[in-house]
Amino acid sequence: MSSAAVVGDRVDSSAPLAERAAYVAQVASLHAEAVDRDARFPAEAVEAMRQVGLLGASVSREFGGEGLGLVELASVASILGTACSSTGMIFAMHHSQVFSITRHVAGSTTLPALVGRIAVEQLLVASATTEIGVGGDVRSSTCFVDRDGDQVVLAKNAPVISYGDDADLILVTARRTADSAPDDQVVLVADSASTTLEATGGWDTLGMRGTASRGYRLTARVPADRIVPDSYDMVLAESMGPACHVLWAAVWCGMARAAVATSRRFVQAAARRSIGTMPAGATPLVGLIAELDRFESLVTQSAARYDAMADDRQALHAIGYVIATNNLKVTASTLVAEVMSRALGITGISGFRNDGPYSVARLFRDAQGAAVMVSNDRINAHTAQLILVQKGS
Amino acid sequence: MTTTDTVDTLQVLHTVLDTHAKLAVPAASLDLDADLHGAGMSSHASVNVMLALEDALGIEFPDELLNKETFSTTASIFAALQSLQAGE
Repeated sequence: MSSAAVVGDRVDSSAPLAERAAYVAQVASLHAEAVDRDARFPAEAVEAMRQVGLLGASVSREFGGEGLGLVELASVASILGTACSSTGMIFAMHHSQVFSITRHVAGSTTLPALVGRIAVEQLLVASATTEIGVGGDVRSSTCFVDRDGDQVVLAKNAPVISYGDDADLILVTARRTADSAPDDQVVLVADSASTTLEATGGWDTLGMRGTASRGYRLTARVPADRIVPDSYDMVLAESMGPACHVLWAAVWCGMARAAVATSRRFVQAAARRSIGTMPAGATPLVGLIAELDRFESLVTQSAARYDAMADDRQALHAIGYVIATNNLKVTASTLVAEVMSRALGITGISGFRNDGPYSVARLFRDAQGAAVMVSNDRINAHTAQLILVQKGS
Repeated sequence: MTTTDTVDTLQVLHTVLDTHAKLAVPAASLDLDADLHGAGMSSHASVNVMLALEDALGIEFPDELLNKETFSTTASIFAALQSLQAGE
C-alpha cells in the first residue's frame, strides 16, 4: 500500500487503535526528516493524534477517556517510534503526564473536569519536573506554591520543558509551601492561558531534535484547586515513574525495530546482487534480530506487569518494583544504542549516510538521547541505594 | 497486463530458473505444471530463484507467498509473479 493511500484515508477516533496508530505513524514518517533537520516540533503528527483522538486515550473512562493501560499505550508508542523518534517520545511523555493526573484526582472537585477536557478537547500535556539549582533530582524542589487568596502563584526556572511552546497544560512540581522541605512536593496543573513561558535556551541537539525541550522561566497563576490532591512522591511512584519508563522503552524499541528493518532490507538487496554468496551482513543480522526479540519481550512484559498491578497502589511502592522500573530504563536505553551500533555495522557506509534508503543516521543519533535523558548513572546510583535495603522481593 | 508483459515475465522466469534452479533440463522444456523440486531444484536453490526474480523484476515476495507451494512449479511461480505485478 502506498503512503498516499493511507494518508488520504479518513481515519477518526472510532477506528481501531492499531489503525489510528498506523495513520499517525504515516503522517509522522512523512515529516520525520524535516522535524530532525529543522529541530522543530512535529506539529503534523501531533495534529494527527488529535484527529484520531489519541491524546485522550489514557484518560480514565469515568472522565470521558478511553482508559487505556500501558500495554496498549506502549504498542502505539512503539509504532510511532518506528516512524519518528521525537513523535514517539512526545506521545510517551504526554501520556505519562496524563496518567499522573487521571489516577490522582480523588478528593478534588474541579480536576476531574479538567482531565475530561484532555479527552474532549484533545489537550497536549507537558511537564516541568526538573529545576535549575537542584542538580537534576526530580524529587527535590526549590520553587514553592505561594497562596494568594483562592489562587496560587508559582515561579520556576526549568532547564527543560519538552514541547513547552505547544502544550495546552503543564504539570509543574514545587514545594507544598514556602516553609516545606525540598522533597515535600506537590503537582500543579497549569494551563497555557494562565502561564507565561520565557525561553532561557534553545534545543539544538545531536538527536531527538523534535521534542523541542527548551529551558524556560515559568510563571503561573492558577486557582488553588489546580493542585493534584496526591503528593508528588505518590504520583511519581504509582504513575509517572512506571509510565515514563515503560513508554520510553516502547518508543526506543520501535526505533530499534526500524533500524533492524533497514538492516534487513540492506542485506536482502546485497543478496540479490550476489546470488549464491551469503552477504557479509547476514550473520550479524541474525544476532541483531535476536536482540530485538529480547527488547520486544522486555517492553511487553514490563507494560503487562504494571497493568496487572495498577490498582494495587501499595505494590507499586515496593522496593523490588521500583528497582525493576529503574532497571528497565537503563536496560532499554542501553539496548537501543547497541542495536543502532550494530545496525550501522551491518549497513556500513550506506547506513552512515544521512540520505539514501539504508540510512540509519537519524535513528543512531536519536538513540544516543536515551541514556542521557534522565542519566543512567544517576538512576543506577539511586537503585544502588535501594539495593542496600531490599530484602527478598 | 498486456500479452507482451506476460511473455516477458515467463521469459525472465525461465532464464532465472536456468541460472539458479540447478535443473537437469532447460526450464522451457518442462511442462508448466512439472514439479521443480523433482526436476532438481533444492530449497536452497529456490531461495536464489526468489532473490533473482526480485532483482530482475523489481518486486518483493511477501511472507504469505514464501512457501513450498509457490515455488513448486513454473506455473505456481508465474501465478505469484502475476499477482505481485498486478498489485503494484
